[in-house]
Amino acid sequence: MRRALHAEWTKLRTTPGMVLLLLSVVAATVGISMLAAAATDCPGGICAVDITKVSLTGVQLGQAVVAVLAVQILGAEYGTGMIHVSLAAVPRRLTVLTAKALVLTAVVTAAAIAGVAGSLVAGNRLLPLTVTDTTVLRAAFGSVLYLVLIGLLALGVTAAVRTPATAAGLVLGLLYVFPIVGLAATDPDFRRHLDQIAPMTAGLAIQSTTGLDDLVISPWRGLAVLGAWAAAALLAGGLLIRLRDA
Amino acid sequence: MRAVLHAEWTKLRTVRGWVVALAVAAAAVVGLGLLTGGQGSCGRNGPQSECVLPVGPGGQEVTDHFTFVHRSLTGDGSITVRLNGLTGVLPRKPGLGGPPDSTGPQVAEGGAGDGQPGLAPWAKGGLIIKDGTRAGSTYAAIMLTGAHGVRMQHDYVHDQAGPPAPADTPRWLRLTRAGQTITGEESPDGTAWTTVAAVRLSGLPATTQVGTFATSPQFTWILGGGRGVGGAMGGPSEVTAMFDDLAGPGTGAGASWSRTVVGGDAPSQPEQLGASWRVTGSGDIAPAVSGISGIGTTVSQTLAGTFAGLILVVVVATMTMTAEYRRGMIRTTVAAVPRRGRILLAKATIIGAVTFGLGVGAAAVVIFVGRRVLRANGVYLHPATTGTEVRLVVGTGLLLAGAAVLALGLGALLRRGLTAVVAGIVVIVLPYLLAMTVLPPEPAKWLLRVTPAAAFAVQQSAVSYPQVDHFPIPVNGYFPLPPWAGLAVLAGWATLVLGLAGFSLRRRDV
Repeated sequence: MRRALHAEWTKLRTTPGMVLLLLSVVAATVGISMLAAAATDCPGGICAVDITKVSLTGVQLGQAVVAVLAVQILGAEYGTGMIHVSLAAVPRRLTVLTAKALVLTAVVTAAAIAGVAGSLVAGNRLLPLTVTDTTVLRAAFGSVLYLVLIGLLALGVTAAVRTPATAAGLVLGLLYVFPIVGLAATDPDFRRHLDQIAPMTAGLAIQSTTGLDDLVISPWRGLAVLGAWAAAALLAGGLLIRLRDA
Repeated sequence: MRAVLHAEWTKLRTVRGWVVALAVAAAAVVGLGLLTGGQGSCGRNGPQSECVLPVGPGGQEVTDHFTFVHRSLTGDGSITVRLNGLTGVLPRKPGLGGPPDSTGPQVAEGGAGDGQPGLAPWAKGGLIIKDGTRAGSTYAAIMLTGAHGVRMQHDYVHDQAGPPAPADTPRWLRLTRAGQTITGEESPDGTAWTTVAAVRLSGLPATTQVGTFATSPQFTWILGGGRGVGGAMGGPSEVTAMFDDLAGPGTGAGASWSRTVVGGDAPSQPEQLGASWRVTGSGDIAPAVSGISGIGTTVSQTLAGTFAGLILVVVVATMTMTAEYRRGMIRTTVAAVPRRGRILLAKATIIGAVTFGLGVGAAAVVIFVGRRVLRANGVYLHPATTGTEVRLVVGTGLLLAGAAVLALGLGALLRRGLTAVVAGIVVIVLPYLLAMTVLPPEPAKWLLRVTPAAAFAVQQSAVSYPQVDHFPIPVNGYFPLPPWAGLAVLAGWATLVLGLAGFSLRRRDV
């Protein structure tokens, strides 16, 4: 396992564009968060919106870059045929997938911490946001976990479908389509259930700090829903990788 | 060129995954569109439970709810009154700070209850001539408003501004009927009169009801950096208009005035105080708009599945280009057709035509078939004209085609399927999502003006009226650009990216 990990780390480190992608995660997260914070005004220091959530808006774009990164580290191997070499070197296929998942978790955690911290600093400057509140810290910590789970979800999907473009389409579809369909739904029960099972809507409940009683799903339970999606994707991907030809 | 088109068509047709994905895209547009409608209660609990709004002379749904002190007028005639200012009651302001930015009307039943003093900007009091007292009948009115001065309005959707006038000072108003023409005049002092407008009411019968009226729309407080539903609270408001020196047909001795609350039976009663009248009303005389909590849904909402279809279309369109790079097929293609611009053009034509057909077909099914399903499920659907429905169907096809061409261009430009797919989805779907969920209205509108997501304006069917304060913001289904302009933004992006792709395709090695 250690050697598999080392191999994956070397691949990640030496693939051109990976550092750029990681920096893009940070830039996208901080950039959109700053724009959203700058666009929100709080007359008299009283805000009608959840400023923690607004300060962390960039996660919604950052997750797309995280998904690209996750799809890339496995999908590119299928694209170039490198996967044959990888599986020849490490015949236990789940070990390869696990090693990739661990390396991915490590780099996404680092990028997410930077992105979320930057967003909170921007929120603190532009909005009356106190970053030491326990709820704000929960939202920040949860956002990092959220990005990691999105990465794992994307990795699992890529393992299942193998083509990078298809995998990216599937992951982003999974993330973005649920909330849009929810917006259009006229039946409130249908909308609530949709929001409770949607990976993005439920997962981002972790960013809420106001109106917690009105949430369709409580913050941690929402993140657990995303965790379930990621676990299911990894399980499906792992099974398929094990069962079929490379 | 025909041979190239044929080659590209064959490539698209023979990849089973793409054909399946495009079929799923069409199915998603239809399926999600029908799924989101859900169940309603209109017409499901017997004949009395249908959801019906009064329909105005122009065929559109209207709100017609006001307090009317009237008598009949046969033939031509004139009525003059001194309006001694408006006072009103607004719903109580919620605890948070910040001045009100805007207001929004709904069908208001009853008064404002325990509110705070204040006037809604579109609170109205004045003179009206109307075909009877049925809600939705033709009318013309001259009025003083809370914050928009003197106005002449007729048949719900027409509004003409008169001079600005404060709501708390006296104003003389006059309505004159001559044949089918109604002239509205106003004066600050009762001697110098100016004509605000003369309008033609074609459906006005010989005998009409004329008199004074008062009504005040639903009022909504916007809290801080409001984001649609989340930052708004409101309720019905109320206006009281003081009238005196009423001079009209048969105002001589013994003439009596009837009191009617048009469109309802709310308890507000006009009072006669000597020679003057105090008329209190709540409601609105205006086109009905779908607002924050308006009933039912617009036919546009059945197109929610477009997004799912769009993502699939973006993936397939990108891959028609990037798959060639991935498999090395591009070398064969370029060897067969050395003029590279033609390859790109042929690909764009094929994928554009296919996705256009797919979008039109799916949207037609959702709108024309799904509409019946929704009605049968008891969901109230706002009527849309045939022109609007055709625009929605064709627009959805063009939207998918534009997105496909943009994605194809990105694929040719970036050559990597992954990056191109993500770029395509992020520039088209994400701005819409951000605008609808987290962003305040102003940046949301800005995003929907400049990004390819502007094209979703073509799916708007709600109509916005300046004389009604509702929230014409994206969350409520109102886009900042007119339908075709929004589509033009997407077309511009697609052309730009395709042009850049053609340029770089010619410049670089394959």
